[in-house]
Amino acid sequence: MSNNTNRRDFLGMSFAAVAAVGGAAALVGMKQAWDPLPSVLAAGFTTIDLANSDLVPGKPQTFTWRGKPIFVLLKNKEMEQFDGDLVIGDNRYTVTVGLCTHLGCIPAWKGDKWKCACHGGEFNSNGQQIFGPPPKPFVIPPFSVNGTVLTLGEDGPESKAMMTARA
Amino acid sequence: MAEIKESFFSAEGLEKRLNGKKFWKVMMTEYWIPKDINFLWAMGVVLATTFAILIVSGIFLLMYYKPDTALAFDSVNYTIMQEVAYGWLFRHMHGVAASVVFLIIYIHMFTGIYYGSYKKGREMIWLSGMLLFVTFSAEGFSGYMLPWGQMSYWAAAVITNLFAGGSLEAWGLVEWIRGGFAVNDATLTRFFMLHVFLLPLVIIKLIVVHFYTLRIPHVNNQNSEDIDYDAEAEKYLAGNKKESKVIPFWPVFLSKDFAVLGLFLIFYFYLVFFNYNFAMDPVNFDPANPMKTPAHIYPEWYFLWSYETLRGPFFDMFGMKAGDIGLIIFGLAQVIFVVFPFLDRDPDILPAHKRPKFFIWFWIMIVDLLVLSVYGKLPPTGANAWVGFYATALFLLLWASLPFITKSDAKARGAL
Repeated sequence: MSNNTNRRDFLGMSFAAVAAVGGAAALVGMKQAWDPLPSVLAAGFTTIDLANSDLVPGKPQTFTWRGKPIFVLLKNKEMEQFDGDLVIGDNRYTVTVGLCTHLGCIPAWKGDKWKCACHGGEFNSNGQQIFGPPPKPFVIPPFSVNGTVLTLGEDGPESKAMMTARA
Repeated sequence: MAEIKESFFSAEGLEKRLNGKKFWKVMMTEYWIPKDINFLWAMGVVLATTFAILIVSGIFLLMYYKPDTALAFDSVNYTIMQEVAYGWLFRHMHGVAASVVFLIIYIHMFTGIYYGSYKKGREMIWLSGMLLFVTFSAEGFSGYMLPWGQMSYWAAAVITNLFAGGSLEAWGLVEWIRGGFAVNDATLTRFFMLHVFLLPLVIIKLIVVHFYTLRIPHVNNQNSEDIDYDAEAEKYLAGNKKESKVIPFWPVFLSKDFAVLGLFLIFYFYLVFFNYNFAMDPVNFDPANPMKTPAHIYPEWYFLWSYETLRGPFFDMFGMKAGDIGLIIFGLAQVIFVVFPFLDRDPDILPAHKRPKFFIWFWIMIVDLLVLSVYGKLPPTGANAWVGFYATALFLLLWASLPFITKSDAKARGAL
């Protein structure tokens, strides 16, 4: 009798073990089916030539990277000089992901700061939050610099320095 | 198995095989409902009917809708609205029913709260009902994305972005949910799948569970009387219908339900034909544009109260960022109703008007939810932000006080 019981137990536990491994493997596969596709990941690089972008000092321009707006602001003389600026020659730039860090709306430029229509958050010309619910400054996209050309999506020392200055 | 000799092709043979009469008895003619109820007890059948309307109208929309970012907007606003015969009707029926179903869910929910129909044996009804509420919310949210207008896109962007809050960002959770760096084609298609298949399947199963959990404890009644259903059913079946405190679900209870349902459908079709605009935001008739946020983003009316708790705390407090506090309160608001049976410390089941302090609590809660809803739609500037802040604080205070208020009622009654 006890022999029988042990055999049943063994079968039951073997079945449970196989089912658990199979179930876990299936979950990993299902999780990966929802990951961004390789083509989506491969399309994640954008280049911006700052010299040929007709940037007006004191007025940000919006570019697109990974379906997100990127704010590039060439600072004018009145604007605060900030350690976290991207400096190329005599020009100082703010380069950020143009999404409010609260809930991801696109803030609009109002004279000297970005203002978010969704929940009233405000960011200064450095991209730092100065009012409302945003918990942190604008996110700095990873980019590398080659002369005046930015490659967004590629990690570089310049973007790292901008992130550190805001951390 | 007992062998069945009667022919398969005879009424008697079918009855032998399926035992339909017994099933009908258990589910309908001998499923007992108390007499001491009012029109608020009809909301379950009203909800079931509204859900059926949503499924049927949804099936017709599904035949022309295209879940592709390049085609979705036109398939809704041109093909369905202008070309398909009665396509406009199916869309308006679907949109209005999706809105009205939440009105009825709220009435259903607060009827339960008012009459104490969530405790002492009825906890499972409440819990399965709250699961239904959460699933309906997900169903509403995923459906709102499908027309791929500006509000569709930005509601999707803002809500999926909640999963990038705080330390979640490092996990890449939001990219995983979206299947890309921003809300994109993959996002639309997977939410389409959720909206037309997975979530309706879950809802149907949960409705079955909800009905099942109701069967053993039976529905509550206006005075929360503890009815001996066996004894009362016996009286009814013996012909003592007048003295019996119960009626059968079919035909007696449902015939009354159908009267309420009739009134509801008049109201519903009035909205569908003459006032559908409230469920059709004008902003959503602009195609989705990831590079342009609408001036003011707000959810549908039924999410406004919890949305307002998200943005209620607009300044840093207690060493925490305003956004994080809002996120925590928002998360709490989504689930706090689930634990209602466990926060109510009163051992008796009684309607709110027999629990003096709870009665006041109940109506303040209703007013607070209305205030949150109104201010959830207004721009969060100036005095509006402060009203939102205090209404959110009151919301938290009400929940924190619930165990004490219910206990104090019970003490005053001598039950504790």
